[in-house]
Amino acid sequence: MSEQKVTFRVFRYKQGDTAPHYDTFTVTVNERTTVLEALQAIRRDQDGTLVIRHSCHHASCGTCGMRVNGKEVLACVTNVLELGTPTVTVEPLQNAPLISDLVVDMGPFYETFSQAHLPFVRRSEYLPDAEVAEGVPFHMRFESCIECGLCVSACPVVASDAEYLGPAALAAVWRVVQEPRGTEVPPLLDWVNSEHGCWRCHVALECSEVCPSNVDPGGNIMALRQELVRRALGLSHG
Amino acid sequence: MLQETRALHPVRRRGWKGWFAVRKRHLGYVAFALNRLTGLGLVLYLIIHLVVLSMLARGPETWDAFIELAKSPAFLLLDVILLAGILFHGLNGLRVILVGLGIGVHRHKELFWGLMLLAAILFIFGAWGFLVV
Ligand code: HEM
Ligand code: SF4
Ligand code: SF4
Ligand code: FES
Repeated sequence: MSEQKVTFRVFRYKQGDTAPHYDTFTVTVNERTTVLEALQAIRRDQDGTLVIRHSCHHASCGTCGMRVNGKEVLACVTNVLELGTPTVTVEPLQNAPLISDLVVDMGPFYETFSQAHLPFVRRSEYLPDAEVAEGVPFHMRFESCIECGLCVSACPVVASDAEYLGPAALAAVWRVVQEPRGTEVPPLLDWVNSEHGCWRCHVALECSEVCPSNVDPGGNIMALRQELVRRALGLSHG
Repeated sequence: MLQETRALHPVRRRGWKGWFAVRKRHLGYVAFALNRLTGLGLVLYLIIHLVVLSMLARGPETWDAFIELAKSPAFLLLDVILLAGILFHGLNGLRVILVGLGIGVHRHKELFWGLMLLAAILFIFGAWGFLVV
């Protein structure tokens, strides 16, 4: 494998700092190095005070979300050399409270998201012909949203409206409306049928562009609106 | 306690500047920013337009002098810019209305380029009308 040196421009902020700044590090990478691995190497070999967050390393846990070269990504599945820039700029997600360096407080995001009461698992639509083991009613899978918050960081409306419920929570509500699985739907629809709910969205659809998990939050918001219109016209019940 | 610790953490929120932070963003974001910019531009134009119309109340001399100015090439160029703004805002606005109601959500980029093709054709005819005829 061929190795190459890449410069990382990393956003730094510690509590009490008057303003954030950027530190520059040089890291030797190969074709397979991810941004997360490069940041871990910086932390291990160059600056132990660099704060990063990760868990699974394979796009499942949603904890390594950050902005790389100005775009929201999961650092664990973002290949450094494929970015194609001699300098890689790494910043924390926007629209969330900063804790330290690349780590933001996901608490407010989770608080809003959990109000959608989206169950963790759903009936799997994949491999419909696959045999189901005895005693198992059907194949299950996790819901697609990994609660990474990339969409909320990318949305231009969240940038100026702190009360906007945001793409992830609205998309989760649509999933519940689609498949209630015992959850009461009308209160959820009332929740999103509001000034800071699904009508706040301006259809930029950046959320769907950055979502790493094919949730298509923008599409789900439009589906919610259609459902609300249908109900207002008395065309849909339930 | 949680609230108190949170208050210590600054939120990096761009505010209105975020609407126009289009670097690295995709088509829908850029269209949103341009729609907002042209919308505000049109409001500004409307205000100027009404101010200018109020000159009518000041008698024929003022008005005739203005019409002479309005026929100058620099003014006609402004008309062309206005036309571009109206065409973009109106036709993209049509897309926003459709997509915002759930129509063509997953074809919104094709819809955009189709409408912009229409805008370009109308613009060429319109600009030709302003500058040549
Ligand atoms: C030609 C027909 C027009 C159509 C179809 C149209 C459509 C729209 C739509 C759909 C929006 C909402 C955009 C969004 O949700 O992001 C909008 C916003 C706006 N429009 Fe228009 N518009 C038209 C003409 C005008 C005119 C003539 C003016 C000015 C006098 C104007 C000023 C605005 C402003 C200030 C906004 C708010 C900007 C924003 O929210 O981003 N529009 N328009
Ligand atoms: S489609 Fe709506 S929720 Fe998604 S980024 Fe745009 S404004 Fe935000
Ligand atoms: S909708 Fe997509 S981008 Fe948003 S939190 Fe869920 S997985 Fe992440
Ligand atoms: S570390 Fe789990 S998604 Fe990146």
